[in-house]
Amino acid sequence: MNITKTLDAKGLACPMPIVKTKKAMDMIQSGEILEVMATDKGALSDITAWVKSGGHTLLEQKTEDDVLYFYIQKA
Amino acid sequence: MSVNKWTAAQVARKVIDNEELFILDVRNQDAFEDWKIEGHKFEYLNIPYFELLDGVEEILPKLPTDKEVLVVCAKEGSSVMVAEMLSDAGREVAYLEGGMKSWSSYLEPIKVADLDNGGELYQFVRIGKGCLSYMVISEGEAAIIDAVRFTDLFIDFAKEKNVEIKHVFDTHLHADHISGGRHIAHETGATYYLPPKDATEVVFDYTALRDGLHVKIGESKIDVNALYSPGHTIGSTSFVIDDQFLLTGDILFIDSIGRPDLAGLAEDWVGDLRETLYKRYRELAEDLVVLPAHFMIIDELNEDGTVAKRLGDLFKENHGLNIEDEAEFRSTVTDNLPPQPNAYEQIRQVNMGKITPDNDEQTEMEIGPNRCAVR
Repeated sequence: MNITKTLDAKGLACPMPIVKTKKAMDMIQSGEILEVMATDKGALSDITAWVKSGGHTLLEQKTEDDVLYFYIQKA
Repeated sequence: MSVNKWTAAQVARKVIDNEELFILDVRNQDAFEDWKIEGHKFEYLNIPYFELLDGVEEILPKLPTDKEVLVVCAKEGSSVMVAEMLSDAGREVAYLEGGMKSWSSYLEPIKVADLDNGGELYQFVRIGKGCLSYMVISEGEAAIIDAVRFTDLFIDFAKEKNVEIKHVFDTHLHADHISGGRHIAHETGATYYLPPKDATEVVFDYTALRDGLHVKIGESKIDVNALYSPGHTIGSTSFVIDDQFLLTGDILFIDSIGRPDLAGLAEDWVGDLRETLYKRYRELAEDLVVLPAHFMIIDELNEDGTVAKRLGDLFKENHGLNIEDEAEFRSTVTDNLPPQPNAYEQIRQVNMGKITPDNDEQTEMEIGPNRCAVR
């Protein structure tokens, strides 16, 4: 996977992971991939739903050592 | 405009007092549909906060200006953000402090009745989760039944009333919420009772709660009588208090009956449930006031916020008590059951003492409605 940009949102509470994800997405081009790291458990359902509502693609989601990783391809 | 902060206690008052409120719930659609703040006269709009990041203009026409608007999210953060955006747009709104997490935890103690010789019976309504706990007070002593996990609240309440907690009961091994019973007993030196048939796997000491157990609270006649009433679990036990009140645990609710499957044995226990509801309870005085361990819908609340109804009325009105055909009853309580409560297997493990999650993990496990009933 070719990651264009990485966002570290670890330690941030809702709504900041999504607010920052949205800003980061605004800075990349269509088809490029954003990696997001978050520790807020609510981010799992919220980022997944936000990605869907924005028409983007969640290529992969994994959890390692309590950190949530999201790989989002911009629409 | 300003942003106001409301506590769960203030919202609970609105529910109990039947007031109007407009709730803007900014959680995910799934979370909202699964579980929300229920009120008789509440109206709702559900828009996830992440759809409002570019502005709130689109929803302004949908928000009333002639009634109070409360923004709600899971923990608080997103509701503060949205409330501030609405305030910037000229609206006066409030947000719920602590979000649905604090709503799930809030307990309102309401007096059900005065008993003889200055005794009192309190119902602790956990309004967001639908759990009901009880405290019987008489002459300096107290008994607690089906305490939820916020032990300080019960202990402080007893202190305020200047009574010593002597007996702590669980009507059964709970699957929808974490019991505070044995912790209260441990802290106060009270005796903790659990039905032995539900306690085969527990890893702590307890006193057996058996049919016919008779406990006096204070010196006077206020007594607590155990009545074995299996069906929700094999050990489920009811209490008759002062010959006036029937605490039914999770066997009989106001508008529904207990489900027999949460310990995984619906087929085995349906016969017990039938026997309890259609024979054992029928032998009791119809004037007993039923006090259950849960409510499922806000319509089950009385005007004063209590959840209580005469047994004789339930025999007439509760659908679950009026299924003549045994096969139909069996199918009602074993087929097409509602989804099981969140994390119910883990919650049972906690209540057996097998696992000890921290406070945040316990909060997480208890998120969502209780779902202990079949309607």
